[in-house]
Amino acid sequence: MDVLTLSRLQFAITSMFHFIFVPLTLGLSIMVAYMETRYVSSGDELYLKMTKFWGKLFLINFALGVVTGITLEFQFGMNWAEYSKYVGDIFGAPLAIEATMAFFLESVFIGVWIFGWNKVSKKMHAISIWLVAIATNLSGLWILLANGWMQHPVGYVLRNGRAEMVDFMAMVTNPYGLLKFGHQIVSGYTVAAFFVMGVSAWHLLKKNKPDFFKTSFKMAATFGLVSTLLVAVIGDFHAVEVAKTQPAKFAAMESVWETKRGVGLNLLLIPDEIKECNALERICIPNMVSLLAFHTPNAEIKGLKDFPKSERPPVTPVFYSFRLMVGLGILFFVLSLVAVFLSRKGKLENYPLFLKIMLFALPLPYIANQLGWIVAEMGRQPWIVYGVLKTSDAVSKAISTPQVLVSLIGFTLLYGTLGCIDIYLLTKLARKGPDDDLSAIIKPTRN
Amino acid sequence: MELQILWFVLWAVLWAVYFMLDGFVLGTGMLHIFLGKNDGDRRVIINTIGPVWDGNEVWLITAGGATFAAFPTTYALMFSYLYTALLLLLFALIVRGVSFEFRGKEDSALWKRSWDFAIVVSSFLPALLFGVAFGNIFAGLPMDATGYHGSLIYLLNPYGLLTGILFVLLFLIHGALYLSVKTVGDLSRRAHAMADKLWPALLVVAVAFLGYTKFASRLYDNYFSAPYLLIVPLLAVAALLGIRILTAKGNLLGAFASSCVTILMVVFTGVIGLFPNLIPSNLDPAHSLTIFNSSSSPYTLKIMTLVVAMFLPIVIAYKIWVYRVFRGKVTVEEVLEDKQAY
Repeated sequence: MDVLTLSRLQFAITSMFHFIFVPLTLGLSIMVAYMETRYVSSGDELYLKMTKFWGKLFLINFALGVVTGITLEFQFGMNWAEYSKYVGDIFGAPLAIEATMAFFLESVFIGVWIFGWNKVSKKMHAISIWLVAIATNLSGLWILLANGWMQHPVGYVLRNGRAEMVDFMAMVTNPYGLLKFGHQIVSGYTVAAFFVMGVSAWHLLKKNKPDFFKTSFKMAATFGLVSTLLVAVIGDFHAVEVAKTQPAKFAAMESVWETKRGVGLNLLLIPDEIKECNALERICIPNMVSLLAFHTPNAEIKGLKDFPKSERPPVTPVFYSFRLMVGLGILFFVLSLVAVFLSRKGKLENYPLFLKIMLFALPLPYIANQLGWIVAEMGRQPWIVYGVLKTSDAVSKAISTPQVLVSLIGFTLLYGTLGCIDIYLLTKLARKGPDDDLSAIIKPTRN
Repeated sequence: MELQILWFVLWAVLWAVYFMLDGFVLGTGMLHIFLGKNDGDRRVIINTIGPVWDGNEVWLITAGGATFAAFPTTYALMFSYLYTALLLLLFALIVRGVSFEFRGKEDSALWKRSWDFAIVVSSFLPALLFGVAFGNIFAGLPMDATGYHGSLIYLLNPYGLLTGILFVLLFLIHGALYLSVKTVGDLSRRAHAMADKLWPALLVVAVAFLGYTKFASRLYDNYFSAPYLLIVPLLAVAALLGIRILTAKGNLLGAFASSCVTILMVVFTGVIGLFPNLIPSNLDPAHSLTIFNSSSSPYTLKIMTLVVAMFLPIVIAYKIWVYRVFRGKVTVEEVLEDKQAY
């Protein structure tokens, strides 16, 4: 394999691994902040216990999210030096802004939150976790504005042999980046909601501390319903933006080969990339793809055949990832709806089958998040900056195949080991449940 | 032109502050099994840096991000030229971060010993690698019109290694002094003794470094053309001597402050010598990466200047606040009582 293939594989592995931890932190930080706020405002110690228990699970994830994030920043220079040179004028800015605006805030106040239980007031302690939650989400905003620029470059000119920024506000208000951010953070909230519901379901099935876990489940169910609904709504707007700005990606997502008006949605579809057609098309909803893409039933969809072969993304993985992601999204909405209904009625324990389903549904939003990234990043190929720079022109010239091979193996082993340890610790702590002994829980001493 | 100089100064400040802040975390990490005789001590040591290490590491991420945004060509070439060294650095930083979090999550002795070992190695490696990297940057990299002509082995040249050892010693003493301030009793005394023991070694290496720099690099050229700049290396030497004088007087906090100044001034000494290069070429000066030939456009620099002017003061303000919140000593009783601590 060559440097390009290995570097792509390495970026895929390191960013997807990073992305196991990030979505949960996006949502769980907010849920823990809400729990602590409830504790501070009501004084109810159940919420303190909740803060502590879910906070502990949050922290293990947070640690891995932070350390694996540094890898990504470094890799732009290490493996993608030509890219960094070509677009650094515009792409470096959001990364540097993320560090100054969000990353400092997050890292400093997580320290206050972990170690400040008896050093700052109750209120300040709750504010700390809110600052962490806000900073985590803010950090996502800048990263997705950077990524949004790679998907839909705006506010730049090609000058002095590179892309130079001419309109910073265009990048900040890039609809592609903002919609991607919106879609992503609520997907992260869905991961967190299903994580809390899944762990709670396990304990409820064991009839373990039902008050604690019923309250947790109910809170997560509401959070989940709101976020899954938003995932769908923002996702729809996002797809419209993709259809408008990245027609080749959109055609691959829906496996549309011929350009035509009023394209229908086949519920059963198997793309055949070699023959450049669909091997199977069944159960068609007429005009549906056109309607989804441009919100008008007769809109024209540009087919893949209208793009030169060298500028088409790989259709099969993009198509299936998109299908599966959307399917899972619908499932999450339905499950959240039932979860809200049953937990509000206080009937959760009467439906062990549902609890079992929620336990096994825990990993699914993680998968949906990864699939979303496959659609977004693979769908952009062969471009690294859509329409501006090809991925093959972006890779570093100064590195060699053995170097990248060794680093790829190193990352895989290191991340594999850390992943196993993380799952082991999470499972152990999640099964152990909350601390019952309130004296073991340090409370903020000052008011 | 002025913006590039401003960003050069900022670049230097970000690195210097990073080394000053993460320096004591790395030093503490390197020393922790040697100064911590039992689990209680070791937990105290880790908890002295617990509330601040993460925020300190962000200075590195910011320094990296600022290099990317302000000097993208340097960022691209430096990171790809130093590929393997940076890879090792990344692995070490990843392991260090999770070690702090994971160490206390199991009661088994083997588990804790493994993470203790991981903390020492993953603190030593960055200290050494940063030194080697900066030594090589000071001396210049073998690059010309066709690119880079070095390797990892090339980086391990005597001057690079000497700078690596200088960094390791600076951070060891920095960490020992931090621990002597933040702990009580025997542990504090051991840390104080460790700083005293290491100080002569640091002095020897620092003198050797200053001498060798004359032959290995062109850092002194700028000082010859503007002798008033010599105030910076002189301050570095004064602060280095100050460490010894203050520890002898038992003023450990003063000695730690002096150690902060030493690190800042050592970094500034090197960076002033580099100007206007970011990475000089030791094959052909025409192919050096300077702040003028590798910078972003004036527009980007202007935007970034605004962002930094707005947010850096806020960052500094809440960081000072946090150091105030966590001022005072960490004791075994306190650590054992707090279940949330590391």
